[in-house]
Amino acid sequence: MNNLLFDFTVDKSKKTVLINREFDAELSLVWDAFTKKEILDQWWAPEPYASKTKVLDFKVGGKRFFAMVSPEGQERWLLQKYTSISPKTNFKYFNAFADKDENPELPGSDWDHSFTEQNGKTTVSITIYNESLARMEKMVEMGFREGFSTCLNQLDELLSAVKNK
Amino acid sequence: MRRDIFQAIADPTRRAIITLIALQAMTPNAIAENFNTTRQSVSKHLRILTECELVKQKQEGREIYYSLEIDKMKEVDKWIGQFRKIWETRFNQLDKVLSTIKKQKK
Repeated sequence: MNNLLFDFTVDKSKKTVLINREFDAELSLVWDAFTKKEILDQWWAPEPYASKTKVLDFKVGGKRFFAMVSPEGQERWLLQKYTSISPKTNFKYFNAFADKDENPELPGSDWDHSFTEQNGKTTVSITIYNESLARMEKMVEMGFREGFSTCLNQLDELLSAVKNK
Repeated sequence: MRRDIFQAIADPTRRAIITLIALQAMTPNAIAENFNTTRQSVSKHLRILTECELVKQKQEGREIYYSLEIDKMKEVDKWIGQFRKIWETRFNQLDKVLSTIKKQKK
């Protein structure tokens, strides 16, 4: 556990997810962690998944094409197209699932990242806008169903088994 | 047509209906009195909510009462919880990466 700020809000009426997180590092380092593939691949995929970035061309009109790889080696490809970049301040991309040949599966979502630094700590604010809440649900389902839901379901089963005794 | 819970809550009127009947079971007429809309429109929303299995109906005499399926609403919370958990894990991993890079720089 740490004392770093972490806000996570889902605004259903605006079809938006808002995430604020503070990091104990200077802004330029956090910026690199979000925009360089060598660093991104070290943290982007929640365990037990792995992130494998094939292409990252950080410029407006450029893209990051990467896969989330399951422990069994199953790949789920994603495409992020950079739509706006203000160095060390903000960047935006359009995010969509894709096939292995980079064909996006629409609809996608719009992501906005803002960076601010205070007293050596950097806060990143992420806004994710989805056209549909059903798609937000899909974002979680695809690629993560095995990892997290299985755990939660197992826990549910365990709890109900204990209760029924 | 497949209905899911996120479709149910995507509409502001339906969210308001959910809030109303969460407190007590109500008839379509009683629900409609709370909105500047037609009884027909409220019926349509109730039908969608029923198809999403978010509300249940109970016949009492000549009236049909609608109430909320609380367990179904919990699915939404659970889903948000899973989503939050992904980000939590992701950021904890980033904390470790950042601290490793900072040490290497020194």
